[in-house]
Amino acid sequence: MSIIYLLLAISVIVAIIFFIAFIVSVKKGQYDDVYTPSVRMLFDDELVKPDSENKQPLNKVKSE
Amino acid sequence: MELCFHCGEECQDETILYSEKTFCCSGCKTVFEILNSNDLTYYYDLEKTPGISPKIREGKYDYLQNKEIIEKLLEFDHGNTQIVSFDIPSIHCSSCIWILENLHKLHKGIKSSQVDFPKKKIRLSFSSEEISLKDLVLLLSRIGYEPNISLDHYEEKESDVDRSLIYKLGVAGFAFGNIMFLSFPEYFEINEFWLDQFKHLFRWLMFSFSLPVVFYSGRDYFTSAYKGLRSGILNIDVPIALGILVLFLRSTAEIVLDLGTGFYDSLSGLVFFLLLGKFFQQKTYSFLSFERDYKSYFPIAVTRVSTEAGKITEEQIQVYKIQKGDRIIIRNEELIPMDAILIKGNASIDYSFVTGEAEPVEKVSGDKLFSGGRQQGGIIEIEALKPVKQSYLTQLWSDEVFSKDKNSAFQNLTNQISKRFTYAVLGIAILSAIFWMFYDASKAWNVFTAVLIIACPCAIALAAPFTLGNMLRIFGKNHLYLKDTNIIEQTANIDTVVFDKTGTITANDKSKIEYEGLELTEEEKNLLGGSLRASNHPLSRSLYNILDKNNISTPEDFTEHTGLGLETSYRDLNLKIGSSTFMNRSEILVPERPAEKKNEKTSVHISSNNQYKGCFSFHNSYREGLSELFKELSVDRQLIILSGDNDGERERLSRLVPEGTKMYFDQKPGDKLRFIKDLQKQGNKIMMVGDGLNDAGALAQSDVGIVISEDINVFSPACDGILDAKRFRDLGSFFKLSERSIKVIKLSFLLSLCYNLIGLAFAVSGNLMPVVAAILMPLSSISIVIFTTLATQFLSKKLKN
Repeated sequence: MSIIYLLLAISVIVAIIFFIAFIVSVKKGQYDDVYTPSVRMLFDDELVKPDSENKQPLNKVKSE
Repeated sequence: MELCFHCGEECQDETILYSEKTFCCSGCKTVFEILNSNDLTYYYDLEKTPGISPKIREGKYDYLQNKEIIEKLLEFDHGNTQIVSFDIPSIHCSSCIWILENLHKLHKGIKSSQVDFPKKKIRLSFSSEEISLKDLVLLLSRIGYEPNISLDHYEEKESDVDRSLIYKLGVAGFAFGNIMFLSFPEYFEINEFWLDQFKHLFRWLMFSFSLPVVFYSGRDYFTSAYKGLRSGILNIDVPIALGILVLFLRSTAEIVLDLGTGFYDSLSGLVFFLLLGKFFQQKTYSFLSFERDYKSYFPIAVTRVSTEAGKITEEQIQVYKIQKGDRIIIRNEELIPMDAILIKGNASIDYSFVTGEAEPVEKVSGDKLFSGGRQQGGIIEIEALKPVKQSYLTQLWSDEVFSKDKNSAFQNLTNQISKRFTYAVLGIAILSAIFWMFYDASKAWNVFTAVLIIACPCAIALAAPFTLGNMLRIFGKNHLYLKDTNIIEQTANIDTVVFDKTGTITANDKSKIEYEGLELTEEEKNLLGGSLRASNHPLSRSLYNILDKNNISTPEDFTEHTGLGLETSYRDLNLKIGSSTFMNRSEILVPERPAEKKNEKTSVHISSNNQYKGCFSFHNSYREGLSELFKELSVDRQLIILSGDNDGERERLSRLVPEGTKMYFDQKPGDKLRFIKDLQKQGNKIMMVGDGLNDAGALAQSDVGIVISEDINVFSPACDGILDAKRFRDLGSFFKLSERSIKVIKLSFLLSLCYNLIGLAFAVSGNLMPVVAAILMPLSSISIVIFTTLATQFLSKKLKN
């Protein structure tokens, strides 16, 4: 049953690791702006392709 | 009317058709062109009409070539990499984020950019070899995201964000979870061999987890209690600190003497919930600044002209370097940063920042100009009379009211109650300890500490932060942004509301214009339109905006008489447009007007071929719902109007507001400040509602200073709250809600008192088990949080329509 010492030690260490990770992330400013990244990830990386209909005239103009 | 494809504004003056889309101005079209030619039209797919129509003035950013200023603005500058941060007030939707983060596609000199949406900031990294700072700012301005660069940015570098509360909360939460976990077996007092074996280890682990909670997370409560006691105030932190201390000491004593498990779970839970309350209260509107002074509006640099050996040189200098006697050039829409004398040019100065007077004042060379005025029209040259720091407007900020902390003087509800509470708790603890001393002396110490533990006013301390914090959020959603939660409590006590007139109860740009006199013929109208278009005078411009513009004839002959009016002719038609003095001078008889009309301060007279035709009068247009709001407020509050204007509008105003509303006109900024001070001496609690820098002193002096703003991002002096002008009508509801939140707090106090009484019954009778404390303390906290949240949500239902 002395395995409980080991288990306890491990669980406390894991908890402390998570805690340190939290402190570090706060320190690095991860929680300073919690809105913009949520929008940013929704942007498509690729540029607009000239396939959709309403963008056809734009590209015509460009080639003029 | 067509809407602009880029900015969504109505196309008023002209409609530009380009690529089958309509644009309201060439600026918007240019932005579209730029984006289109760089394959960035995805911008328009994210949101409809996301743009802001760009307005750039020639030469505005010339000062960004000055090395010294560049150095101050850059965050990082080494070799090929420069980093700079800008405030961009026009960031408003996800399209803005997208385009600003894709700037590197517009110019290869820009390496990367990152937007902070809540703060409306952008951080750019670029190479100054490929794009200069000035060009970078111009690029941003051209696409409609003009950065706001003011004197404020010159003075201070970004200070570090205070994150200590989050750390403390993290520590307390971490310890709370682990201690709960470790103390679980002992809640049930299971007599099991292995658990008995390990319980000492568990207890000492709990002890070590509680150390950082008490000495780090809970530190603020001890210092606050100590400070309070030293200045003779029993604030809410005194019983809290006492509770924490007794909890810790008794628990430690228990495990050292092997008497029990102690109350570490309650201890860490208590601290965790208290900090949670603080965190909740700490809502900040990071994109707003409540502490603005003149520095936020003043330019960083100005153009100085110097004549050396007959050669005129212009240079950009930092605004603080202006000496007495320097010659400065001020362009259209630029702010005059110091008191000066006009040397050259037609000055038409808009002093609305300073005096509240909406109409620009004409000045001729030799006249004195005060700092804070904004030039409207062409370029002028002025000579500085004083350095910036000694000028009239900056002097206002040396008044003591700006350095005083309002909140320290305010005794809030929680602290008022906690005083009696502390006495009661100490009384009960001592009395019951004395009782047990005679009855069963072994238990006396236990009972004494138990009372202090269970009576710890955790729930009381939570009631106000959660109620007010939630209210703050609700107000924010409804476009009333308050600096902190104390303001809500203060608002509930207000008995006098003082309004500024111009810009506060009148809408800023919308003057109402009425024509009176003989009707103008079609030809006259056409020429009038043409002449007004050619004139730079602000009155001409606002008049021009409201005229029908079917046909416009361009005048063949056009003369502008500074400070008087225009003379213009087309074929055989001759028009004179201007003030009544201008008419009199041309010996045109201006008919006598009724006294009431005469008082109206601004009118433009028109005569055709030396025949008087009539005049356009400008009225202030008052905000919608003004009468209703005043009626609502006047029921139980005194209302006062304090205006920097002349009393031309007194009659019209008195018809709009309820009887008994006092009105004072011609009030200078200093007068307003003194006026508020005098009222406060009579024991009144005052809310000042204002808008301009001229109200800054009064706003700072009053108990609650609210700024009405048409554009919350752009302009507001130091204040306690910023209200969007569109929600002006709701001011009354905000009052009502503040009062009701105070009632909610009082109810929660009652609720938490019940918990405390139940707990006390256990404690006094000597039966406080750790498990009782472990159940009662979190239960009381959580139920208070739920109660206040639900109650405030319910109250705010009325606002959301």
